[in-house]
Amino acid sequence: MDKMPAWADAVLVPLISILLAAILSALVILAIGENPVEAFKLMVDGALMRSTGWGYTLYYTTNFIFTGLCVAVAFHAKMFNIGGEGQAMVGGLGVALACLFIPFPHWSVALLVATLAAAAFGAAWAFIPAWLQAKRGSHIVITTIMFNFIAAALLNYVLVNILRPVGAMEPATANFPAATSLPTFQDLFATPENPLFRGSPANVSFFLAVVACIAFWYLIWRTKLGYEIRAFGHSESAARYAGISPVRITVISMLISGGLAGMMALNTTMGEAERLVLNATEGAGFIGIAVALMGRSHPVGVFLAALLFGFLYQGGAELALWTSIPRELITVIQALVILFTGALDNMVRMPLEKLFVSLRRRSS
Amino acid sequence: MDYATLLQVLDSTVRLATPLLLACLAGLFSERAGIVDIGLEGKMLAAAFFSAAVAAVTGSVWLGLLAGIAASLVMSGIHGLASITFRGNQLISGVAINFLASGITVLIAQDWFSQGGRTPSLMGGGRFESITLPFAEALSGVPIIGPLYYELISGHSILVYVAFLMVPLTWWILYRTRFGLRLRAVGEAPEAVDTAGVSVVGLRFAAIAICGLLCGLAGAYLATGLQAGFVREMTAGRGYIALAALIFAKWRPWYALYACLLFGLLQAVALRYQNIDLGGFIIPVQVMDALPYILTVVILAGFVGKAIPPRAGGEPYVKER
Repeated sequence: MDKMPAWADAVLVPLISILLAAILSALVILAIGENPVEAFKLMVDGALMRSTGWGYTLYYTTNFIFTGLCVAVAFHAKMFNIGGEGQAMVGGLGVALACLFIPFPHWSVALLVATLAAAAFGAAWAFIPAWLQAKRGSHIVITTIMFNFIAAALLNYVLVNILRPVGAMEPATANFPAATSLPTFQDLFATPENPLFRGSPANVSFFLAVVACIAFWYLIWRTKLGYEIRAFGHSESAARYAGISPVRITVISMLISGGLAGMMALNTTMGEAERLVLNATEGAGFIGIAVALMGRSHPVGVFLAALLFGFLYQGGAELALWTSIPRELITVIQALVILFTGALDNMVRMPLEKLFVSLRRRSS
Repeated sequence: MDYATLLQVLDSTVRLATPLLLACLAGLFSERAGIVDIGLEGKMLAAAFFSAAVAAVTGSVWLGLLAGIAASLVMSGIHGLASITFRGNQLISGVAINFLASGITVLIAQDWFSQGGRTPSLMGGGRFESITLPFAEALSGVPIIGPLYYELISGHSILVYVAFLMVPLTWWILYRTRFGLRLRAVGEAPEAVDTAGVSVVGLRFAAIAICGLLCGLAGAYLATGLQAGFVREMTAGRGYIALAALIFAKWRPWYALYACLLFGLLQAVALRYQNIDLGGFIIPVQVMDALPYILTVVILAGFVGKAIPPRAGGEPYVKER
């Protein structure tokens, strides 16, 4: 059967899907009595026209790169890790424990150790569902959903009963010591003559996210393990026949996935709040799904999609500040992106395929 | 614990189990037909908002109920379009529906009522009143049975009774009607149903329509029965607990009732006693909150009985040629 060219599948289909999502989002804005063009201008203004806006946009982008890569790794092994939220929460616990109880001499050492702690805690939280899927056949989607709720309860318990400082009302840890404070973009790039990124939370963990993108690409397309993950994702029976252990690949890809989700907590917990609070993940684990779908599980795609969602998040906050449009508009846009790029994929692909086939027939 | 307290806890168990039960049976119809539905939460939330909004505007809870069901059916329609017509990923579609409901309800609530994403409080005809069953007042003086009948069995809103009646009805539809047989078959072996000349697409759409209807009832009960109005995210994970109950019940109607009552009891106990003191050993409230999820993981792992889902669940049906 004739197929459409690879570039159309990789670029054209998601582009049209996003366009459809954008048109519907514009209709939603119209329906609540606002002007979509004005709203879009306001979002661009607030997110991209000033360096502070960029600072916020890149701060959110960092989160979404990590959670997007988390979902993407699992996608390559044909698993749907919906538990990024829980894994990131537990990763945050790892960051908090490292920062509170180890006396670090310098932020770079702290970052290194906290990264390991975040990845280890996130991976540990992903290990149980992975092991259960591999060994006991329990569906990973359902177990990871359950583990999100269990993580929320666990974190609630730890913050209320154990890590909350004596006398404090809020369920949160004490502030981290100053030595663990990560340099923000303002510290790095602003000069007295040229103040940049003023007050925005973007910090060095953004560069860690970029490194993660490159490492992800290398792992998936340039190593034996990556090949095995992809082979397993394409056909489990063929992979098994080639001597690839399904248990091993399932567990390893979920460990990587959970580790990446956990590392997101570096940005929110160590970089921004500098203490662990309840609900520190702010739904970024779920946005990872949209980011991975839109980015076609490729690091470049994930980076661009994360940037788009970072823009949407910061722009949405600006909208909520200056108009009567609530922040939940972003949730709607996110839903439409997931719907069109994920579930209604074939709605765009089928007619496109027909178009390409008929074009080719005419030319030959 | 004295008898009166016990009755109060059981009474709130029934109230809290009702939305779980309706959503759980909704999921049961859908998943038995081979359509996995993790969008129960979103459908309930949409139904909760639109029932409360219409009830607030019209003052009629019945019009609200209809609006809630309609909203839930629209969500079901999107799920059907994605997962049946366009053979998309049912899990991803479910996730999208949850987000859509979570965002759009607050967006519209803010636009219509400008009260920070909630609806005005419902009063009078805008709510489902509790029904006093016959002789409840007269019998309330009789020891043991009197309070039991008066507190526990009487005094709920109509949707509670509908939910509990849905259990035998679901059993009857699934196991005693031709439609039910076909519906179960389409979740196990759609190719066989297709060969027999019955429309797989039609059956699956029928199943998710029933799912939408029941989620509509569940959401409307939340906003107009259990509480008096809509607040953002008011389903608070109930759709996922219903999903957990469905697995716990191994996709069977009567077991669904028991699972939902158990999870309702856990919620009722967690609400009433924050930390439970068992002679020096304290069970924190967070354990009670997490228990439904932990139990489900244990069941899924097959350590206590095995939960085997319908065989064709999650797979779009592609006609062979």
